Amino acid sequence: MSFISKDDVRHVAKLAELEFDDAETDKITSELDRILGHVAAISKVDTSNVAPTSHTLKISNVFRQDVKKESLSADEALSNAPEEQDGGFLVPKID
Amino acid sequence: MELPLNFYPAHKLNKMLRQKQVSASEIVDAVICAIDKAEARMHAYLRVESKEMAQAAAGFDSKSDALAKNGSISDFCAIPIAIKDNICTKGITTTCASKILSNYIPVYDATVIKRLKAAGYILSGKANMDEFAMGSSNENSYFGPVKNPWDLERVPGGSSGGPAASVAAGTAICSLGSDTGGSIRQPASLCGVVGLKPTYGLVSRYGLIAFASSLDQIGPFTRDVEDSARLLNVICGWDENDSTSIGSAEAGSQDYTKYLGCSIKGLKIGVPKELMVKEVDGEVRQKVNEALALAESAGAIVEEISLPSLEYALSVYYIIAPSEASSNLSRFDGVRYGYRNRDAATLRQMYKKSRAQGFGPEVKRRIMIGTYSLSAGYYDAYYEKAQRVRTLIINDFNNAFKKYDVLISPTSPSTAFRIGEKAGDPLKMYMSDICTIPVNLAGIPAISIPAGLSSEGLPVGLQIIADTLREDNIFRMAHALEEAIGFDSHPMYLYK
Repeated sequence: MSFISKDDVRHVAKLAELEFDDAETDKITSELDRILGHVAAISKVDTSNVAPTSHTLKISNVFRQDVKKESLSADEALSNAPEEQDGGFLVPKID
Repeated sequence: MELPLNFYPAHKLNKMLRQKQVSASEIVDAVICAIDKAEARMHAYLRVESKEMAQAAAGFDSKSDALAKNGSISDFCAIPIAIKDNICTKGITTTCASKILSNYIPVYDATVIKRLKAAGYILSGKANMDEFAMGSSNENSYFGPVKNPWDLERVPGGSSGGPAASVAAGTAICSLGSDTGGSIRQPASLCGVVGLKPTYGLVSRYGLIAFASSLDQIGPFTRDVEDSARLLNVICGWDENDSTSIGSAEAGSQDYTKYLGCSIKGLKIGVPKELMVKEVDGEVRQKVNEALALAESAGAIVEEISLPSLEYALSVYYIIAPSEASSNLSRFDGVRYGYRNRDAATLRQMYKKSRAQGFGPEVKRRIMIGTYSLSAGYYDAYYEKAQRVRTLIINDFNNAFKKYDVLISPTSPSTAFRIGEKAGDPLKMYMSDICTIPVNLAGIPAISIPAGLSSEGLPVGLQIIADTLREDNIFRMAHALEEAIGFDSHPMYLYK
């Protein structure tokens, strides 16, 4: 039984902003199929009365006071920029 | 053979520094000498700070009289410590062993680094690792693998292979790593050192480049359990910059060293049969059982128990961790930092090409699994289902800790395997973490301590697991067992 097809892989790659050539698509489809086949074992577990856990700590809405604080300077923020212009990150045009 | 200074634990060096029996420069010289002799063969470091170490040591030595007078030679003052390269060090490249961050220079220090700096530590260098902390063998580093100091044809474990190997080989006195599914404990086991994953939320993740945010924790690699407690003292505690940090500004500081040297008489040890799986190597099983026998002679009570949902922990982890990773790694797009593809004509092409060229194969596999598990149509069956099974795993641990003080298991099902042995089979590699993964899913603490050497001379690790925020039980048991086991071997052949 196949858990993921090449079309699925192309679709997921689009979502993940990755790209694979044909040979890579073949390879990763078979790898993912094996992995997903293994993890699909959880479908056998009875979780009918069980709530999902997203996080082990019982915390919510951890806010700080809405008070102005020091932040990064523009120079610091741009210090690793591959390309910058006029204090902004320069990127190719949107297609 | 008399051990050189670079193999001493920090607590011993600290005593000698305070009593002026040794200078910081002598300690740093011993570490640099070891690095010169062994590092090229091991590749535990991506960046060594030799000049800076020598300068820092000289600086300490010139002030040491004054420091000694006002009692401020703290535990890790002038101690050379290696830092895993996914922990941000201001002004010093932090690459996550990835091409996509090979030139990234953080503009801030991680909170743990700030705390180490305040404690007067010396940065020995940035340690090699599996790319973005994804791996169990340190074979996934863009910059090349780390070799196990005990046998250079074998892996040190991962993803914190560099931090583990450097402490084992004496090219650092201690180190910091990170653990998401076993990435501190498993390499500690394969390298014969002590590795601790604290309770989730006990150590700030601010400045740890995120892999899986509900699982990641920073923790110490040390030569012995006493150093582990001391280093945890320095790095733990509430941080306003980490919204998943436990505690508060008002909470006082902890001292875990008070749990060392305590009797384990009457402590109840549970041994989960689901972690003594058939994959566990015979010699590993034997060493763990020998340690359990020692615990019993010291008055602890040992019982086999069952945590049935642990059978699914690996599957749960390999859905949840990649899902969280797919979200965390979406920031690497060539825009603000890191590798950018220069041939792209459009923005989207730039994203795709930068990521396709910048990430290694294991990272891409996990991003793909995660994106798939979170996508419409599959979210319920994979991600949400995994979260429900995660609850069952947490419940199993909660029930176990009602009766038992600690749980003990092997850390890794085998000793160090050969380089290339599992690299071609992702699933086989994932099985390396079968004993460590359940702990991260529950957010509870666990330590790996050396339990002995196999007949091939390779370290075997023993894992001690405790309930949330019960590091006291971890240290009680770990210290007592460390004493009883008496492991005192080092890969000295490297220096012959």
